Amino acid sequence: MYDVELNHITKTYENGAVQAVKDVSFGVKKGELFGLIGPDGAGKTSIFRMLTTLLIPDSGTASVNGFDVVEDFREIRKRVGYMPGKFSLYQDLTVEENLEFFATVFNTSIEENYDLIKDIYVQIEPFKKRRAGKLSGGMKQKLALSCALIHRPTVLFLDEPTTGVDAVSRKEFWEMLRRLKEQGITILVSTPYMDEAALCERIALIQNGSILSINTPQEIINSYPKPLYAIKAHKMSALLHALRDSNLVDSAFSFGEWHHITLQDSVTAEQLKVSLQAEFPTVQMEAIEPGIEDCFIQQSLAQHEVEL
Amino acid sequence: MKQFLSFIKKEFYHVFRDTKSLLLLFGLPIAQIVLFGFALTNEIKNTSIAIYDQAHDPASRSISEQFAQSPQFNLVKNIRNQDEIEAVFKAGEAKLVVVFPPNFEQDIQHENKAEVQLIADASDPNTANTLTVYASNIIMDYQKELMLTTTIPISIQTDMRFLYNPELKGAPNFVPGVMALILTLISVLMTSVSIVREKENGTMEILLVSPFNPLMVIISKAVPYLVLSLANVTMILLLSVFLLEMPINGSIVLLYAESTLLILTALSLGLLISNITNSQQVAMIVSLMGMLLPTLLFSGFMFPIENMPLPLQLISNLVPAKWYYIIIKDIMIKGVGFMSIWKETLILTSMTAFLLTMSLKKFNIRLAK
Repeated sequence: MYDVELNHITKTYENGAVQAVKDVSFGVKKGELFGLIGPDGAGKTSIFRMLTTLLIPDSGTASVNGFDVVEDFREIRKRVGYMPGKFSLYQDLTVEENLEFFATVFNTSIEENYDLIKDIYVQIEPFKKRRAGKLSGGMKQKLALSCALIHRPTVLFLDEPTTGVDAVSRKEFWEMLRRLKEQGITILVSTPYMDEAALCERIALIQNGSILSINTPQEIINSYPKPLYAIKAHKMSALLHALRDSNLVDSAFSFGEWHHITLQDSVTAEQLKVSLQAEFPTVQMEAIEPGIEDCFIQQSLAQHEVEL
Repeated sequence: MKQFLSFIKKEFYHVFRDTKSLLLLFGLPIAQIVLFGFALTNEIKNTSIAIYDQAHDPASRSISEQFAQSPQFNLVKNIRNQDEIEAVFKAGEAKLVVVFPPNFEQDIQHENKAEVQLIADASDPNTANTLTVYASNIIMDYQKELMLTTTIPISIQTDMRFLYNPELKGAPNFVPGVMALILTLISVLMTSVSIVREKENGTMEILLVSPFNPLMVIISKAVPYLVLSLANVTMILLLSVFLLEMPINGSIVLLYAESTLLILTALSLGLLISNITNSQQVAMIVSLMGMLLPTLLFSGFMFPIENMPLPLQLISNLVPAKWYYIIIKDIMIKGVGFMSIWKETLILTSMTAFLLTMSLKKFNIRLAK
C-alpha cells in the first residue's frame, strides 16, 4: 500500500518553456522514509508542491493517502504535514506563539500531540519566548518541524530541511526523522546532500526533472557498473586533466582530496599508475566502494548519453 | 471559530510588533490633522488690501484709517473704479478689497444703516475667511464708536463676496478629506502588504496546506485592519472636535457606519491588489500609486471636481474616496440624515460588492493557476 503515489507526472512553467518535472513515477510505502536526492533545480520542490496540492500537474496523476492531489485537495490538506524549503514561520512571533498558532490552524492543541513533538520541542523550549526570527538555523528548523508535526500528520513532506543547517544539527535532524518514522509517519524528504541519502530507506535520484533510479541506497551502490578508484598526487588539477586526457580512463571526477575514476574495459589499475608515474611521481591509487554521489554522477552521465 | 480568533490574534501581533507600520498607521493621521489644522491656517499679518472708496466722506475715511493702522492689514492701493477691483486681484496686489458705497455717511445718518462690501480672494479659502472676519471686526468697532455718541441704533452691514471659490471649499472640509485619504490609504496598503508578506515569507504555502479555509485567511486579515481603521476614525474625530473645535453636526452612528463602508471598499481593493502581486514592494507601489494619487486628485478635497475637464470628472466617479468625502462632509458639516446620502452610499456599496467579488474570484487556493 502506497501512501504517496505519482504516475507519469509532468510539470512545466512559463507556458511549457521550462520543463521542471518530466514523466515522474514513484511510490512511497506507508511508514517509509523516502528520499528525493538531486541537485538544485532538479525538480524536487515542484514535486513537493504538486503532492501538497499547491500546484497542479500538467499531466499524470498523483495521490496522497489515496486522495487525488487535484480533486481531493482539501482532504490532503487536512492530513499532511509540510515543511517548505525556505524557513516559513512568522519571524515576528515567538517560538511558542508560532507553535500555538499552527496548532489552532490545524484544529488541535499543543497538549494533544505533545508526545509526538516532545523530543524536538524540548530542545527549543528554553527559548520559547524568543521571536522565531532570532533563532539559529538549527533551532528554526526544529521549530518548523514541530509546527509541521503538531497535528500528527499521516505523511510528512520535508523539502530540503537540512539546507543551510550546520553539520551537527543535520545529524540530529536525521536522528529525529528516524524516530518519527518509528511512530508510523510516512516521510518524504528531499535533499541535495548525497551523504544524507544513505540515511533513507529508499531513495530516488533525480536530475533535470527525471528520475534516474529508485532503490535502497545499498542497492543503488551495488548497481555501480565498474570498479571505482580513488587517486591523488601533488598537483591535483594537473592530474585531473591528465586523467581526462588519458585513453586508459573512462571517467574522472574531483571529490575533494581525491579524484574518483573508472577505467576503460580491460585496463588495470597498475597500467594506469605506470603511465602516470613519470609526470606524477607521488601518485597514490586505491580501489574504493562507490558512494551515492558516484552513483549519481555515473547515472546522470549514462542518461545523458542515452539522450544524445 | 477558534482558528479564526487565533488568526486575528496573530494579525494583531504582527501589527503591534512592527513599530514602523504602527507609527505610520497612527502618526500619519495626527500629522495630517495638525498640519491642515494649524500650519495651513495662516495667521493674518500685514495682508495687502485695497480700498475702493466711492463716498469719500468722514465716515468712510475714518474706517479706512482704521484699516490702514491695523497690524493685520497693509493698505496698498486706493481704487478709483469698479474695473480696478478685478485687476487688483488678478495681479495679486491685494487679498481683500473694501468697498464703500457712494453716500456712505448719509446712509448712516439718514437711514441708520449702511453697507460695506468685503471682497476676498478665496482661492485660499482659509485665509479669505479669516480676512473677512478681521475686516468685519474693524467695521464693527467703528459702529460701536458711533453708538456711544448717539441713541439711535445704527447698523453697518458687511456684504461678503468670495471670488474664485464662492463656496469656500477647503477650510472646514479638510477633516472629511483627511479621513477619506487616511482610510483608503491605510486600509488598501496595510491589507495588500500583509497578505503579500505571507506569500513572500512562504507562510502562505503552509497556510494553504492546512485545513484552514483559504477564504478565512483573507477575512481574518481584513478584521484587524477594519478595527484599526475605525480606531483611526475615532482619533481623527477626537482631534477635529477637541483640537480644531470643529463640531460634528450629524449622527455619529451614521458617520461610523459610512466609514465602515469605505474601509470595506478599501479592504476589498487591498485584497485585489494582494492577489495580483507577489512582492511587498510591488504591492506597496501599486497601493500608493493606485490609491494615493487618485484619492488626492479626485476626492474633491484638494481640487474642486467641478473645475476639472469632463473626462477627469468622469474618472473621479471611480474613486471611492470621492463619494465618501461627499457623504462625510454632508454628515459632519450639514448634519444631514441618511435620506440625503443614500445615493452615494449605494454607489460605495456597489463598488465594495464588485471589488470583493473580483478579489475572491481572483484568490488563488494554490500557488499558481
